[in-house]
Amino acid sequence: MQQLFFAILTMIAGVLACVVYFFGTNFILDKIFPSKGLSGPQASRNLRITNSIRPWLFLGPALITLAVYLVYPVIESVRLAFHDKSGIEFVGLRNFVWMFNDGEFRQSIFNNFLWLLVVPALATFFGLIIAALTDRIWWGNIAKTLIFMPMAISFVGASVIWKFIYDYRPEGTEQIGLLNALVVYFGGSPEAWVTLPFWNNFFLMVILIWIQTGFAMVILSAALRGIPEETVEAAVIDGANGLQIFFKIMIPQIWGTIAVVWTTITITVLKVFDIVLAMTNGQWQSQVLANLMFDWMFRGGGDFGRGAAIALVIMVLVIPIMVWNIRNATKEMEGH
Amino acid sequence: MIAASRSPLAWVVHLSVALLVILWTLPTAGLLISSLRDKDQLAVSGWWTSLSASTQNVVFRAPGPDKQVEKDGKFVISGNVLEGGAGEVAAFGSSSLKPGDFEPGQTAELNGGEKLTVQADGSFEIVSDKAMEGTRGQRIFYQATVPSRFTFDNYREVFNAAGIGASFINSLTVAIPSTIIPILVAAFAAYALAWMKFPGRAILVAVVVGLLVVPLQMSLIPLLKLYNGVGLFLGVPAKTYVGIWLAHMGFGLPLAIYLLRNYMVGLPREIMESARVDGASDFDIFVKIILPLSFPALASFAIFQFLWTWNDLLVAMVFLGAGNDELVLTGRLVNLLGSRGGNWEILTASAFVTIIVPLIVFFSLQRFLVRGLLAGSVK
Repeated sequence: MQQLFFAILTMIAGVLACVVYFFGTNFILDKIFPSKGLSGPQASRNLRITNSIRPWLFLGPALITLAVYLVYPVIESVRLAFHDKSGIEFVGLRNFVWMFNDGEFRQSIFNNFLWLLVVPALATFFGLIIAALTDRIWWGNIAKTLIFMPMAISFVGASVIWKFIYDYRPEGTEQIGLLNALVVYFGGSPEAWVTLPFWNNFFLMVILIWIQTGFAMVILSAALRGIPEETVEAAVIDGANGLQIFFKIMIPQIWGTIAVVWTTITITVLKVFDIVLAMTNGQWQSQVLANLMFDWMFRGGGDFGRGAAIALVIMVLVIPIMVWNIRNATKEMEGH
Repeated sequence: MIAASRSPLAWVVHLSVALLVILWTLPTAGLLISSLRDKDQLAVSGWWTSLSASTQNVVFRAPGPDKQVEKDGKFVISGNVLEGGAGEVAAFGSSSLKPGDFEPGQTAELNGGEKLTVQADGSFEIVSDKAMEGTRGQRIFYQATVPSRFTFDNYREVFNAAGIGASFINSLTVAIPSTIIPILVAAFAAYALAWMKFPGRAILVAVVVGLLVVPLQMSLIPLLKLYNGVGLFLGVPAKTYVGIWLAHMGFGLPLAIYLLRNYMVGLPREIMESARVDGASDFDIFVKIILPLSFPALASFAIFQFLWTWNDLLVAMVFLGAGNDELVLTGRLVNLLGSRGGNWEILTASAFVTIIVPLIVFFSLQRFLVRGLLAGSVK
């Protein structure tokens, strides 16, 4: 409780500091270069000066934070990737040579590509189907809320939920995991699903698909509603059936949004770490890059060079999406 | 809206949506139901059976021969196998291999010639013609039908013993300041990027969009080194709450600035221009007009940031210690998965404690969350 009190106190202090900074600097700026009450060239000169300084006062704290927490680390990570475990001695490409010869790394790359192929595709697919179906029924909003709900659950919480579903009891005893209970009910024999090499990847992916489908559904549902009625009506008059309308009229009009959803989930997939850590911690050949990187941060006292090299690989995979996003955003800015 | 909704195929739509909804909610429902079940029942039967009474194989050791009473020339040991607990004896037996050989009320002959009778209400009698010897009591195997029992015991246990209570406070300590502090900083920056004219604005917007997708993994090692360095230099611990608040602020800022800028750009230009004509500076305009108007966007971001900081594991694991007064809920849950992996009564209850706050936020503020999602996805 005392700790919470301390947290709230800091919060107030932090907000106060922000307020003092913004009010203070602006007050001082207006004092040094007053424009109110003055007239003529002096006033307009002061106005010009304040107008050129003020944006930087507004941006200052944000820019400093971004620089320290995101820009500097990216540069430093690149540097560390070419240095030894403590980051002092330059080792050239040795970390990368090690990486590509490391079986665990190649396993992670392979698994990551599996994840990249399956998760965005299925999450977008289910999201689209659910968005299209729920728009037609009266209880669609309730259905959407329930499918959207896993979004709020942490990856670790979701992992526990699904670990319970995959739970394994030896054959002959009563299964308390839903999946094995179903398998036994239909005459199969129970399996420890998360320990099956290769296939366990898919059991882990289900968790992320379960979480991300709601996100895809919300965005795609809004896009479907944004489709002009006339295009659909015209197709109906021309005698198109429901499926034709969906695939030939509606889908082509929301390609842009589908791409956005797809790339956003792709980035989430690249960063996925909690699920693997909680479910298998990379055992049984289920390792992925983000968890491997975290592992190397602390393994054997921590190898910052190797960790940074793996982080760099994740970064390289993200860069195409980053460029695409920036290009779209600047295009939109010019239109604005 | 389309012909299909009026066609006889409409029920297919209803059915498939119902199926999908069940598929998506069942896992969470299973967790919630399990966390409320009696821990002995939870361990032996699936949660979907929790409404029907369950059958358990139980072993009961009768009192030893020293408790025997002589009655009508016979020696009798009596008692109740259920020991006052709820339930019923469905069957009993005298060996572990055949716990269901006899119906209640029947009499089984034991190895030593004693006769064992167990009634459905659990009362039993061991009757022997001669005095029973030995020190250990007879084992009675029986199958009990136990009515399903729901209890808050699991929650009581995780709050008291598993350290979930302390972690709950820690999570709040991390999440609340990490949510509130970045909002002001981001709002000022977003306004500058949306409505103020200065050289380099377009580039800064592009940088923010680019930083939106920088993987957290890139930042971890350099920041850990930086924190260690600063901690050493100032003589303070490297892993502190202040450190994690700032880290969460740094990682949350790109989305905050992007969201708020998108929203502010959409505000009508006339309001600002008329205010400017009246002699208001950018600062006045921002504080008096833009900030109140931006409330929906601020709320959206606050929800995002709260969910993200509450649910985060990675940042907390790297920048916060693992002590009892620092371990957050997600971290505690991962630890429990490792140490108490088979104790589902602990895991389910702990997991539900960690997801209850986000779920409350989600269900009460879903409107803002959806709006934020729609504005935040890069169009």
